[in-house]
Amino acid sequence: MNPGDKLPILKIPPVDRTMLALFAGASGDHNPIHIDIDFARRAGMPDVFAHGMLGMAWLGRLLTRWVPQSRLRKYEVRFSGITHLGNAIHCSGEVMEMVELDGERCARVAVSASNQYGQNKIIGEAIVALH
Amino acid sequence: MIDRAWLGRELPPSGMLLERARLQLFACAIGETDPVYLNASAARDAGYRDVLAAPTFLFSVELDSGATDRLLREMDIPLSKLLHGEQSFRYHKPVCAGDRVTVKSTISEIYNRKGGALEFVARTSRVTNQDDELVAELRSLLVVRH
Repeated sequence: MNPGDKLPILKIPPVDRTMLALFAGASGDHNPIHIDIDFARRAGMPDVFAHGMLGMAWLGRLLTRWVPQSRLRKYEVRFSGITHLGNAIHCSGEVMEMVELDGERCARVAVSASNQYGQNKIIGEAIVALH
Repeated sequence: MIDRAWLGRELPPSGMLLERARLQLFACAIGETDPVYLNASAARDAGYRDVLAAPTFLFSVELDSGATDRLLREMDIPLSKLLHGEQSFRYHKPVCAGDRVTVKSTISEIYNRKGGALEFVARTSRVTNQDDELVAELRSLLVVRH
């Protein structure tokens, strides 16, 4: 593992209502803005949109198929844009530098999620142990 | 405006027994196919006690318990104005099916931006397991659009 190494890209199918309904149930996030178009419109949105935590979970998959989760020490993101229905999210990541965390040799990895139009939706980073 | 008396306040703890079927359902809902998240024997072969909880699953504990809803209600934050700004996890121990976790949260920051048009609330949480080991720490930044 070296700075500049790219993680294999993870491509997610376009967001649809079924995905959002399943994630609402599985995650316990029943906020109707993600599953009820009437509520979303009353809130001033054109339609329902994806849970931020669904996108963060996809980026988590990018990380854990690259290194086992037992090596993941830290994972943080900023939600920079709303992921709309039909958005096909591409998850990408790159090793930025080697760092030490609590005396352990680790890599700092930048991750991001963007749709098919190149609009960024989530930006974040992870710290993974080298061994 | 959110009452600044919330700052530093500790929230009632939330507990959850992590059922295997729930973790499998979560894995399916995020499109996960790695067997350590789906199959107990594959998880054991990989060195885990049982099916592994995905890295972001612990955010769900306070959703299930109703603690997040209660907090939003008591802070008078309508769901229609709420956005998730940031989320972080610090991991100390794996969390698997069969574990009983407890989440203890504190309101750690409240501040405004854009002349009060946006208000931010940070909630920091410590998650322990049935052996009272610290397994993870979380920070959630909620954004309220006024």
